[in-house]
Amino acid sequence: MKRLSAFIKKEFAHVLRDKKTLLILFGMPVVQVLLFGFVLTHEVKNVKTLIVDQARDATSAKLISKIKANPYFEIQASTLNIKRVERDFKRGNAKLAVVFPANFGREHAGLHRTKIQLIADASDPNYATTAENYLTAIVRDFNSEINQEADMRYTIQPEVRMLYNPELKGAPNFVPGLMALVLMIVCVMMTAISIAKEKETGTMEILLLSPIKPFWIIVSKIIPHLVLSVIDVISILLLSVFVLDIPIKGSVLLLMAESTLFIVNCLSLGIFISIEASSQQAAMLISLMGMLLPTLLFSGFMFPIENMPEVLQWVSNLLPAKWFYNIVKAIAIKGLGFSAIWKETLILLAITASLLGIGLKRFKIRLE
Amino acid sequence: MRTIKFLLGKELKQIFRNKSILAIIVVAPIIQLLILPFAANYEVRDIDVSLVDRDHSSYSRKLISKIQGSHYFRLTHCDDSFDKAYRHIESGAADLILEIPNGFERNRILEKHQQLFIAVNAINGTKANLGANYLIRTIGEMNNSGLAQRSNLKVVSSNWYNPHLNYKRFMVPGILALLITMIGSFLTALNIVKEKEVGTIEQINVSPIKKHHFILGKLIPFWVLGNVVFTIGLLISWLVYGIVSEGNILLLYGFITVYLLAVLGFGLLISTFCESQQQAMLITFFFMMIFILTAGLFTPIDSMPEWAQFITKLNPVTYLIEVMRMIILKGSTSTDVLPKLGVVALFGIILNTWAIFNYKKTN
Repeated sequence: MKRLSAFIKKEFAHVLRDKKTLLILFGMPVVQVLLFGFVLTHEVKNVKTLIVDQARDATSAKLISKIKANPYFEIQASTLNIKRVERDFKRGNAKLAVVFPANFGREHAGLHRTKIQLIADASDPNYATTAENYLTAIVRDFNSEINQEADMRYTIQPEVRMLYNPELKGAPNFVPGLMALVLMIVCVMMTAISIAKEKETGTMEILLLSPIKPFWIIVSKIIPHLVLSVIDVISILLLSVFVLDIPIKGSVLLLMAESTLFIVNCLSLGIFISIEASSQQAAMLISLMGMLLPTLLFSGFMFPIENMPEVLQWVSNLLPAKWFYNIVKAIAIKGLGFSAIWKETLILLAITASLLGIGLKRFKIRLE
Repeated sequence: MRTIKFLLGKELKQIFRNKSILAIIVVAPIIQLLILPFAANYEVRDIDVSLVDRDHSSYSRKLISKIQGSHYFRLTHCDDSFDKAYRHIESGAADLILEIPNGFERNRILEKHQQLFIAVNAINGTKANLGANYLIRTIGEMNNSGLAQRSNLKVVSSNWYNPHLNYKRFMVPGILALLITMIGSFLTALNIVKEKEVGTIEQINVSPIKKHHFILGKLIPFWVLGNVVFTIGLLISWLVYGIVSEGNILLLYGFITVYLLAVLGFGLLISTFCESQQQAMLITFFFMMIFILTAGLFTPIDSMPEWAQFITKLNPVTYLIEVMRMIILKGSTSTDVLPKLGVVALFGIILNTWAIFNYKKTN
């Protein structure tokens, strides 16, 4: 026990000595959660729109003023020149064009039916379809307003309630995701470096000469980073409650316990990489190049997992960040208890245990 | 000139000696480019609906079959109470609850007015909004069926540049942009710091190498490497995804050339500030996260608050993703791209000059 505490003290000294790293470790999660809590949203708004009004009559003017009043659309210009659409799309100055045909008002008054054309820059398909959907909804409202004046035989009135996030903010979705992402990268990277660094600078030899068992060397490497990461979690949670206004609906204690489990999981992944990697650079590149984008894409907060091909859905199950993201969403935003997340917890435990087990087995007590 | 030649020889030797790093540099992007685009699909479809039908009338059944017929929805559960349906939302098995109240059909005949209750899991606000919108539209169609209408405005949409709304066409160039940015900045950021950490920087400092020679010697090998990875990426997107550039490919290479200088300069600048590889890595990671997430690939820039839109203007990745999209998908010409090229070139000049000034040969 005394030996272990000496080792832990040594690791703490390593971590605390490097003030720049320490500043980044504490500052980074805070800045990132704040920045992205306010900035990131999948919502599509301020769509840069061109109006091509070939009709120039009362009906088209009425509909245009309705589009203008809608906060989702930002009208760049009204033009008669259809060529301008292509030019502005190519320069990226507009994303959507609404084209009214020349006989728009006349057809609408006479035949009661006419068409509007939408042209979207679909190089971002998600943006294009969402913008089209919003505009179609405006036209639909316009339709039903006119129809309401006529005699309606009956109406179905849907009453919609948005659960968990009535203001449809981006933060409730992104903050749990970013928490998983930031913790994942920071924890994995920090520990991935630690053993590789000892190998590179030659101090590994001294560690191996000591009578302590490899298991305890690993434990002593994990503990200081665990403490740091728990502090990070606390600051992220404080920020999201007090600055981003996302209250924690469920038990804070449970959330902390699950976060600790996730941190240990990431740390053991880092240890595993560290044991396998030949140098610090290799360890870092693996943990960053290998972790950043896959975690971003497969944890489910950027892109819905159910849209992926089945093989990839299966791959996403191997990612601890996905399970942690579900856990945080369940506890903090839906306010559920342990009974809802026991499966995720078990999976995290299993991943941790196997990583530590394999790592320990591969830990070489002889130098080459 | 001779000095640079020797420096280049040294750097290339160091790069090629370390096989494991070389493998990561080349193989990691290939694998990611082959896998990740399949994962990145933001289309909202297959919304899981949990249904609470309290009416069990022919009219409610008509509504249900209409919803089932729409490819946006998947009727996954039929529950007898709202609480049970709510439980499905909690467990994530359903995204949306549709409750048809008792007397739904009767009210249609008697009062010409009916209520429906929809509850959506709105943690992901956009998905919720679109889901509710689709459902309201489907219900609205039922409202209007068999009615002589005074206004029937049809909306016809055409999607330019990507008529089949293929997400891969959008994601592949974007992911390629992220990958070469990450490789470029990480490698250069680590490089000088490693010399510092191992101590070999002393030897360079006491040699008659000029500062800008040293920086150039670091820059050129990674610049070549970046171009190689980019070419591999373009080949993959052509062979695997069938994406052929609409615009001039030379223009694209011209832009990449300038862009890589900016990104490598950024990495070099970071490395002149740091003492250990660990620091360099963390700082690069910090900026990389911000660059990647605000680049407009994952979330639209136009939706960000204004101060954040200003930050994206300082983000080189934004320009690369925009230009890749412009040239590859839209076939934009040099006049369209030129303003962006100018900005990136300015980044490159500033970052590299700063790095040269900040690299000190004395401690």
